[in-house]
Amino acid sequence: MEALLEFLSFQDPSVRMVTLGAVILTASSALVGSFTFLKKKALIGDAVAHAVLPGVCLAFLLSGEKNPLLLIIGAFITGWLSLNIIDFVTNESKIKEDTAIALVLSVFFGFGILLLTFIQHGDYAEQSGLDHFLFGQAASLVGEDLIIFLSVGLLLIALILLFFKELTLISFDRQFAQTSGLPVKWLELLLTSMTVLAVVIGIQAVGVVLMAAMLITPPAAARYWTDYLPRMVLLAAIFGAFSGFSGALISYVSPAMPTGPWIVMVATTIALLSILFAPARGIIFKMKRQQENQLKILTENILKSFYHLGQKHQDMKHRYSFDEIHSIRPSIPKPRLKKGLRVLEKEGFLRKKENSYRLSAEGTEKGKRVVKLHRLWEVYLTEYLYLDPDHVHDSAETMEHVITPELEKKLEEMLNYPDRDPHDEEIPYT
Amino acid sequence: MKKKILQADNPVTEVHDLTVTYDRKPVLWDIDLTLPKGSVIGVMGPNGAGKSTLIKAMMGLLPLASGYVKMFDEKLDDVREQVSYVPQRGTVDWDFPALVKDVVLMGRYSKIGLFKRPRQSDKEIAMDCLRKVNMEAFAERQISQLSGGQQQRVFLARALAQHADLYFMDEPFVGVDMATEKAIVDLLQEMSAKGKTVVVVHHDLQTARQYFDWIVLLNTRLVASGPTKEVLTDELLAETYGGKLTLLNEVSQEIKNKEFPNREE
Repeated sequence: MEALLEFLSFQDPSVRMVTLGAVILTASSALVGSFTFLKKKALIGDAVAHAVLPGVCLAFLLSGEKNPLLLIIGAFITGWLSLNIIDFVTNESKIKEDTAIALVLSVFFGFGILLLTFIQHGDYAEQSGLDHFLFGQAASLVGEDLIIFLSVGLLLIALILLFFKELTLISFDRQFAQTSGLPVKWLELLLTSMTVLAVVIGIQAVGVVLMAAMLITPPAAARYWTDYLPRMVLLAAIFGAFSGFSGALISYVSPAMPTGPWIVMVATTIALLSILFAPARGIIFKMKRQQENQLKILTENILKSFYHLGQKHQDMKHRYSFDEIHSIRPSIPKPRLKKGLRVLEKEGFLRKKENSYRLSAEGTEKGKRVVKLHRLWEVYLTEYLYLDPDHVHDSAETMEHVITPELEKKLEEMLNYPDRDPHDEEIPYT
Repeated sequence: MKKKILQADNPVTEVHDLTVTYDRKPVLWDIDLTLPKGSVIGVMGPNGAGKSTLIKAMMGLLPLASGYVKMFDEKLDDVREQVSYVPQRGTVDWDFPALVKDVVLMGRYSKIGLFKRPRQSDKEIAMDCLRKVNMEAFAERQISQLSGGQQQRVFLARALAQHADLYFMDEPFVGVDMATEKAIVDLLQEMSAKGKTVVVVHHDLQTARQYFDWIVLLNTRLVASGPTKEVLTDELLAETYGGKLTLLNEVSQEIKNKEFPNREE
């Protein structure tokens, strides 16, 4: 707890630096990842992430020191090489892209682990910390390393902003981009290189094994909240940054813990929350909408029954007991019917006195409208789809709840206000 | 006469000795034709005849095994600004996070240039083009909410926004409602009246006579190219849609299986 407060106070300059580093790195990889995600190339990120490991190790072996610039160059070379091999294998052989990715990813990663083991068992003074590349250690983002990583991160952010419109076009419609004269090959090369760079700088905080999650999870979560691309990309960056921030915090509070898994856990939690709670696309929202639809169907059916009963008694204000209502619609379970009646009363469509109910003026109107829509739809099906009159009722049972006032108007005009439905029942207009 | 290839008087584009292969197997053999300026041109033929392949190859989207294409007597790369391409509607993901007006604005990107943001004039052109296809009311809609016909209109508006002189459209009438088809045809005719040329991949023979001034009949090889009246004859149609070139297919298959080059190097 004390460590947590200490971290959050940002008194310690190294805390400030580590946090800044983790935030910029994860935000920039989420930005780049947004376009990989939209191009449906998520697995490519995973392949690059694994393929940079041998590059890092080779750079260390050849130079004998942990110079961040050299490590970046090494990582960039093998990461970039892996992508080209994937492309080459896909284009020149019968092997499909998913297989090529799996093949390349494992062979590069395997080679990386071999080199790493060799280094760890060798006599290298500076090797400590190299294993952080596997699962990440945000706390190691200090000093000169940090400056270099930060510059690359800021460069990536700047490139995304500069090429935003072109990257959008090649992600949405590559063919059109090509025919309208954009340098598509060049732009794709740029995006590939940016993906590799994002991975290379991200692995300090997240590690090669889990880096793909930092490219893909934030944009996938952000997609749930908006249909507007700039907003989606911004949200992805914020989600990424927040995950990075938590990683820095964990790294400070519990230095023995690898940061990568924590960052990924936080990002995944955000994604899960998005899948559940995002408006319009989220699961909860969809469930709620279905519930609302169910309630609409229930209440409209009750009003329709009242209307039918009123016509039979030639008195719309007639009162009915609960049991009478239930006997008309025995298929509705009693508790559900009770709920429907309660809602209708609350909304002013029914009046309740003791244990009996009657239609209000608004309720009569609404019941009448449902009956009208039902019968109009039956006319439509017989006249336009040539269905037999005994085949139209079931469809009308649903459509009467779906048709909006605009569609209602169109339907009336199209059918020219018919008086009677196919069963010779009167169609009530207001 | 099994073949009728007429040359255009004022050609806007010329295809010379064009061969295209997929995985070594030729899908278009030696296509040689010219297309007239200011007309609505239909590219027709049975499924798998290579109709889309032809316009993709002309637009530089596919590598050519042999031959060349000229537009306005120049190489395509030198006249890109004057040429517009409308891909098949199904080739993009309509769930992409974009608004209708954003997609139309994409037609302006090459004119806006790298690093720059769309100017007010670009936005006005985009809105104007949406109006031409009767979609201005949908400008702020998310593209995933559009029907097939509306998607096609948006693609058309994007092409119009390019202000080109020569348009290539891949199956613009597939899966669209009658109203959209009529609206598109009217627009195409209006464009040709203004001297623009429109090349349309189409496969409904019924409407071809009415829609097009010039027709290209294709079935792996070029069967006919000429004014609609002279080309839409029973004999040429039978040649295009009927007789299977089994031997040609077998030879193609052989090239693919044995991995022969298509032309001697």
